[in-house]
Amino acid sequence: MARPMKIRASLKSGYTDIRVLMAHPMETGQRKVKGKLVPAHFIENVTVKVNGKTVIEGQTSQAISRNPVFSFRVKGGTKGDKVEIGWVDNKGESNSIEAAVA
Amino acid sequence: MDEGRRVVLRSAGATGALAAALAAGLLRPERVLAANWDMSAFRQKTAADALKSIGAQDAAMSKDVILDVPEIAENGAVVPVEITSHIPGTTSIAVVIDKNPFPLTSKFNFMNGALPYVKVNVKMGESSYIRVIAEAGGKHYVAMREVKVTIGGCGG
Repeated sequence: MARPMKIRASLKSGYTDIRVLMAHPMETGQRKVKGKLVPAHFIENVTVKVNGKTVIEGQTSQAISRNPVFSFRVKGGTKGDKVEIGWVDNKGESNSIEAAVA
Repeated sequence: MDEGRRVVLRSAGATGALAAALAAGLLRPERVLAANWDMSAFRQKTAADALKSIGAQDAAMSKDVILDVPEIAENGAVVPVEITSHIPGTTSIAVVIDKNPFPLTSKFNFMNGALPYVKVNVKMGESSYIRVIAEAGGKHYVAMREVKVTIGGCGG
């Protein structure tokens, strides 16, 4: 099941601003529907790469809001740099997205 | 492969949280091997234990760690947290919410030119202190702010 993502990378003065949105339920494992616990289902790892080089490795818990939005900053950068962001969740699902710095 | 399984079994015996998680069937053993996820830290149930598990129990308060959070969060399910570290050589930032069932919410490692900055939305079960811990040169620095929550974001 595809979980869509959105990404925007823009050049600011001295740094590249990276914003990403991930469609994901981020179930805590504590919520109940009709008295039954909904199993935990959340993103555990987020990786940001610029031109193939890893710049940020994030670990996340179920306490990140549903449909997570992250902002990151990377020093310098030029237009056209390739930014790639990927995630993996606790069920082994994953997705990634790429964009050029604008 | 066998070697790896022994290691997992040993560590499962050593850390109660992991053992409990395995026993509860929350995790399949192969995933523990595969995941690059600090299970023992994320499973801690108090802020003090969470800080200890990331080595930050002796973190010093610092004005160079900037934590931007709303004073009052109307909706605990989405509380924006913006963190900037002005400490040179910051390599990681972690976010801990004292009163959440599992206080450690996230940890970000920075390398290869990433600036020690992150903005993320977190869930808060109730009004609580939020602490952010920046790591630089093996030392930990902390900033904290209280956020009042009018509607909890955990459970339903």
